[in-house]
Amino acid sequence: MTVMSFLGAIGAAQKEAMDADERVIIIGEDVEANVYGTTGGGKTRQETGDFVQMYGRNRIRNTPISEEGIVGAAAGAAMTGLRPIVDLSYSSFLYMAMDQLVNQVAKNRYMFGGQASMPVVFRSAMFYGLNTGAHHSDRPYPMFMNVPGLKVMVPSTPSDAKGLLRSAIDMDDPVLTFEACLLWGLKEEVSDEEFWVPFGVARTHREGSDVTIVAISSSVQEALAAADALAEEGVSVEVIDPRTLVPLDRDAILRSVAKTGRLVVVEPAHRTCGAAGEISALVAEEVFDSLKAPIVRVTAPDMQIPFSPSLEKQMYPNKEDIVNAVRRVTGITNPTSTLAAAGN
Amino acid sequence: MEALSDEFKLEMQRRMLRIRAFDERASKMVKRGHIPGTVHTSIGQEAQVVGATMALGDNDYMTGNHRSHGHPIGKGSPLGPLMAELQGKAAGVCKGKGGSLHLADFNVGSLGESGIVGSSIPIAMGAALSSSVLGRDTVALAFFGDGAANQGVLYESMNMSGVWNLPVIFLCENNQYALSTPAHTVTSGVISERAAGFGIPGVRVEDGQDVLAVYEAVSTAVARARRGEGPTLIEVVTYRYNEHSEGLRLGTDYRPADEREAWLQKDPLVLFREHLIANGHTAEEMDALEASIVAEVDEAVAFSEASPWPDASVAFDDLYTDSEYAA
Ligand SMILES: Cc1ncc(C[n+]2csc(CCOP(=O)(O)OP(=O)(O)O)c2C)c(N)n1
Ligand SMILES: [Mg+2]
Repeated sequence: MTVMSFLGAIGAAQKEAMDADERVIIIGEDVEANVYGTTGGGKTRQETGDFVQMYGRNRIRNTPISEEGIVGAAAGAAMTGLRPIVDLSYSSFLYMAMDQLVNQVAKNRYMFGGQASMPVVFRSAMFYGLNTGAHHSDRPYPMFMNVPGLKVMVPSTPSDAKGLLRSAIDMDDPVLTFEACLLWGLKEEVSDEEFWVPFGVARTHREGSDVTIVAISSSVQEALAAADALAEEGVSVEVIDPRTLVPLDRDAILRSVAKTGRLVVVEPAHRTCGAAGEISALVAEEVFDSLKAPIVRVTAPDMQIPFSPSLEKQMYPNKEDIVNAVRRVTGITNPTSTLAAAGN
Repeated sequence: MEALSDEFKLEMQRRMLRIRAFDERASKMVKRGHIPGTVHTSIGQEAQVVGATMALGDNDYMTGNHRSHGHPIGKGSPLGPLMAELQGKAAGVCKGKGGSLHLADFNVGSLGESGIVGSSIPIAMGAALSSSVLGRDTVALAFFGDGAANQGVLYESMNMSGVWNLPVIFLCENNQYALSTPAHTVTSGVISERAAGFGIPGVRVEDGQDVLAVYEAVSTAVARARRGEGPTLIEVVTYRYNEHSEGLRLGTDYRPADEREAWLQKDPLVLFREHLIANGHTAEEMDALEASIVAEVDEAVAFSEASPWPDASVAFDDLYTDSEYAA
């Protein structure tokens, strides 16, 4: 085991994949100089273990700023024998390549009757919460859940980031991975062995009996903090991280809600047509009879992200919002009373 | 350029005839409701298509656009599964899920047509990137129109394949109109000259009705790409005889009345027939060749008609490699 940061785990997965398979290449802006710290052993080029030194410029493709061309090239390369990892840096830049992602990457296998396979991974960072203003603060993963043919992963811990990325690279379908920058520094012991976290399998971070919280991306950490606080009040919270949104582990969510009877869904994306809305609808359709209270979503509002730190900090779900949501579904308004005392 | 064998030239004529006969039949079938939706024909542009596809090797890749029945045919794809695809039948080359706008036959290196103008250009660049990274000697060619030549992604692709020396050919089929819009009204400068800005060769084939002229230009670019010397932009001047899209009744009023007449005088099939006759073949031989191609298309239609409709479940497979609908 090694203590790895979220970002370090991504770099480790990329290195393992590059070593394991010659067909894996990395393509994107500024990947050569390792400015984001995922294409080398360390933060600076002087340190040993730079990917360009290790794999050469044939496999580490530093690109011009041409997102549409980059994504299209990766798609064509994936259809003809390579397994590209595309580093799109900020998730806001995905919009530049929307045509390629939606019309080519997602549709080609289907349209061509299975003749194409599209083994390609698109990495992008969600820079929200870091005072970068509206053009760098997007959380656009729900948009891509709405595009059949794409798979979507949203890791929230270093080990999941490593294991899911390995699975994504080895998979024959296109995967978009959304990496919350708020998690970049998060550290955890991660196995030095190669390991693969399967898609479509949720992780239960904490078991509980009163309320299910399904939390996504950086919201998982907030939900765990809320669960700690609520435990002191006698409320037992189960925290589930779906880890991949397409495919979604429906069974894990439904099983948990059938047990607890209450659901709070938390995510940093906008409210309308978000993952939280989708998960809420799923639960309402499938296990309505188990519900003891209305489902509550805790999301970012349908609003753009302001720059000023004093304005931005209110935009994403935090521990207090989650605690309040749980109080709503449990009917507890007095923080000192227990669930049993409240008559549940 | 070494002299082409007689057999090779006959094959050129055969493939041009195939495209003409296939598209003429498809046009009729659309109008009679035997092909759903619409089709875009390459009638009038056969020399440009075959001159390019026959300059490619069997393992080379290509991508196309909405007007792309001719590209797989020109590369040697059998007609039956193509026709079945146009009709939406189970035996279609894409199982009935692509249709006229999304023909693809990976067996002949046809990586697919795109209904989105310009969108398939970087896909060809990606196929060239595979060749380059994996050390293969295959090249890739992107077919696109004069309309697509004004999409930004072409210039991203020319730049990127220029810096990476990728074995890719950008082939602009300049039929002088993008739907109703005359190219000169929306195109600043000359398309082929845009290559200069990227430091790559730009070639204009003024007589795109001459299959040998197109073949020579594309062969030069293919040889260059195979030698590892990078991409080429080729603009071929040609003309479509039919309306933009069959059966849509968009008309052709936006074109001067005598313009089509003038281009009909340069019908690539007639020109090459005359060339072959001047080089030792008889008119009877040519007539027989033409009749045999019509018979091939009859067979393709019969193949398609004999195919059942796809099972309803086919709509729900091929989305992912490892799971079904609603992953
Ligand atoms: C991105 C996009 N914009 C517009 C269209 C509608 N459209 C389809 S074909 C066409 C004209 C294309 O002209 P050109 O590229 O010259 O090809 P041609 O039809 O002449 O072969 C247009 C405008 C489209 N399919 N995709
Ligand atoms: Mg045109």
